[in-house]
Amino acid sequence: MSKEIILEVKDLSKNFGGVKAVNQVSFQLERGGAIGIIGPNGSGKSTLINLITGFVKLSSGQVHYRGKNITGLAPHKIVNLGVARSFQMAKPYYHMSVFKNLIIPLFSPRVRKLAGGKYGDRDEAAIHLLEDVGFERDSNVPYKAAGSLPHGYVKRLELARCLALEPDLIILDELFSGMSMSEVASILPFLESLREEGKTLIMVEHRLRELFRVVDKAIVLNFGHKIAEGSPEEVMNNEEVRKAYLGSEVDSGA
Amino acid sequence: MRVQAGLRKERLDRGIKARTDDIFAIGSPREIMYLTMPRVVVIAALFTFPLLKDFTGMYWQNVMMITATIALLALSWDMLHSVGLVSLGQALFFGVGAYTTGYLNYHLGISPYISIPMATVVGAFICTAILFPVLRLRGIYFGLITFALPLLMMRVIEATKILGGTEGMSGLTPLPGITIKLYVIIAVALVCVFGFQRLFDTDYGLVLKAIRDNDRTVIAAGFDVQWYKAQALFIAALPATFAGAFLSHHYQFVGMPAFAMDYSILPLASVIIGGPGSFVGAMLGAFILVPLSEFLRAFGTLRIVIYSLMMLIFVVGVPEGIFHYLKRKYHQFERVVSIEEVEKK
Amino acid sequence: MGASVVIYGLANSAILMLAALGFSLIFGLSGVANLAHGGIYLLSGFVAWILVNKLGLPFLLAFPVTVAISGILGWLIYWVVLRRVRGMHLSEVIATFAVGVIILELFRYLGFVTFEFNIPVIMRGGTEILGVGIDYQRLIIIGLGILLALLLWFFAHYTKIGMALRGMAQDEYTALSLGIDSDWAAALSMALGSAMAALAALLILPLGIISINMGYEVLIWVLAVTVLGGMESTIGLIVASLLLGFAKTVTGTYFDPKYMEVVYLLSLVLVLAVKPSGLFGKFKELEERV
Repeated sequence: MSKEIILEVKDLSKNFGGVKAVNQVSFQLERGGAIGIIGPNGSGKSTLINLITGFVKLSSGQVHYRGKNITGLAPHKIVNLGVARSFQMAKPYYHMSVFKNLIIPLFSPRVRKLAGGKYGDRDEAAIHLLEDVGFERDSNVPYKAAGSLPHGYVKRLELARCLALEPDLIILDELFSGMSMSEVASILPFLESLREEGKTLIMVEHRLRELFRVVDKAIVLNFGHKIAEGSPEEVMNNEEVRKAYLGSEVDSGA
Repeated sequence: MRVQAGLRKERLDRGIKARTDDIFAIGSPREIMYLTMPRVVVIAALFTFPLLKDFTGMYWQNVMMITATIALLALSWDMLHSVGLVSLGQALFFGVGAYTTGYLNYHLGISPYISIPMATVVGAFICTAILFPVLRLRGIYFGLITFALPLLMMRVIEATKILGGTEGMSGLTPLPGITIKLYVIIAVALVCVFGFQRLFDTDYGLVLKAIRDNDRTVIAAGFDVQWYKAQALFIAALPATFAGAFLSHHYQFVGMPAFAMDYSILPLASVIIGGPGSFVGAMLGAFILVPLSEFLRAFGTLRIVIYSLMMLIFVVGVPEGIFHYLKRKYHQFERVVSIEEVEKK
Repeated sequence: MGASVVIYGLANSAILMLAALGFSLIFGLSGVANLAHGGIYLLSGFVAWILVNKLGLPFLLAFPVTVAISGILGWLIYWVVLRRVRGMHLSEVIATFAVGVIILELFRYLGFVTFEFNIPVIMRGGTEILGVGIDYQRLIIIGLGILLALLLWFFAHYTKIGMALRGMAQDEYTALSLGIDSDWAAALSMALGSAMAALAALLILPLGIISINMGYEVLIWVLAVTVLGGMESTIGLIVASLLLGFAKTVTGTYFDPKYMEVVYLLSLVLVLAVKPSGLFGKFKELEERV
């Protein structure tokens, strides 16, 4: 029973001046799968995400999404095809209420085309999304300015923003960073439920213990190269991976 | 035991404001008055003014014309600002509108009733096309280009003598009576104020506001930000090109002064002083500055120094502007309250 | 004919470059687009004139004094005005724009508009190069222009202060965390940029008379050069100055001199149409913000 290959990345490279931030990285992802992208700081993880999602122009290589060649496509067009991404430095629209922050993705061309979707009415959709990611039910937090949210909630809002786009592929750039252990624990079941719905996940993370509870495959980057690919155990036992992480914090819970 | 540890200022909504915050305001005439009076009074005053022609004299009627013109340019600026674009050259829009109608009327003999609307739309289109490539870049770039273009246009027209060169095009078809003209331009200004405000209440307007706040996230939500900015630019250009076209037929003349710095500085100062972001502030600022500028006519170019200085003080020290201050005063009151704390034993 | 174009082309290019150096310096080192540049340029001319004609100082002394005064003025503009709007680029631009207008229109009001206002050249007379007559002043401009461009490059890229300032402009958070004081850095760059504007003014203004419109004219030059060359690039500045300088000279020599103004407009329109960030522009549009 073969699943649809939802994302195919071939020999992706990016040069910044003389520095190769991403160097010939390739991988494939099946629908419903979940893959983690890990590596020490500066290994090119965020750049890789930016290349795939079109926010940074790639130097060479190809990206195929659901069989369609999206190499070089403008980022907003890629979003409208069903790819949602979060940002490492999550910046909501500070002056607008949390609620309004979600109205914008819900107003996007893609969602307007899919009209109705899972939750029906748009305002309902916003409330449900917020509840799903962990905002308390029936509180008045959604009406407060997004700039006044504590960090953990900003991250949750970022996740809600992605989900509002009704994506097939969700790419999360360090969602867990800055969240407390309990916050992460509360969000894990939700991420698992996304997979059950048939959504595909890519997660860039530093917090490996939590990450490996969600993903079943991992790619390790170092200095822009892919140095390992496989299950979490295979990857953590890999000699090169250990050498790459030597000196930096690792909480692999091995 | 509670002890006073200091004083602080507290702002509270006035009772009537708290009651009028939602639809139940319709229930009481007093509350309806509270909400609508400021607008009604202002609009009534604006529409009565032209009728007082004999009382105020032609000079002040003309001042009103210019005030309304500057108000249109200021509104245009505020619209651009709401999308994150700072224009230092409203004169560009003004001049393009002016010369377009000048060309249509002077060379092609088209009546102003057609040439003015045409100039408005075509002029806005031209300006959008010229500025489109700059939209991709950082906000200040837009400011620099809009600053340079009107100055350049003046010099080019002077040098190449096209479109009338230094003499310009005179003898344009006039429009009937000062009173009608005033009503038209005031009406257009009011339509813009309310129109823009309504626009920003819609979802479309929400996207525009978001672009100003953080355009990266808007792209990540699937919007073609450049296209939205271009649309906003076009919409913002319309009142400004209209002002240029309209005023040209009022003076029956188009020339290099259409691109003069005054048409860039005065609207800018008006909005900054009146309060950016509210559109009403733009009009308020214009209605304060232009008459003030007329009073100071005796001082020659010192006027420009004075209102540039005011603009500087406001942009640096009072960024919210007069309108927001007034609004706050209308809706809230302040009082000094003591801070209490429990005395430590 | 050809030699004349080369020599005067170089002179015009050097003039453009000198005028634009101050502006480019401030932008590259502090991120502020200083629209008061034209005002400071003109102010320097008037200050020098006052020093020479009203206070009787010899020009060779008035020169450095004026440059110093302008530097101090730039510093003050930062501390009094810009510091409060630091980081809000849109407000910064409006603020510098206002300052520029205030200075220029104030001088216009105070009556500095007749043609008695000129400042002396450094060396009278001229010489012949390749059969073309050229005045010493222009030669000095060319020489100093090259020298200053090189010094600037060296300062920005190889000295500690220069690199610290550039770091500030590119990534304020990191620079702050490394202990570089943002306010001092920005004030310093404003001071240096203003001093450069004064230097340029004192070299270029003697070629004609001081008039208020020069203040606005200089801004046009500066913007045309920086748009063409790219905002944060010294090489772009040099190349753009050369291109525009020669374009201007060629137009003036072979076509009608009045079309020289059109050159700026054309270049602006062309740049916008083809590559808005300029020849060597580092505005990576989206990339730099992700």
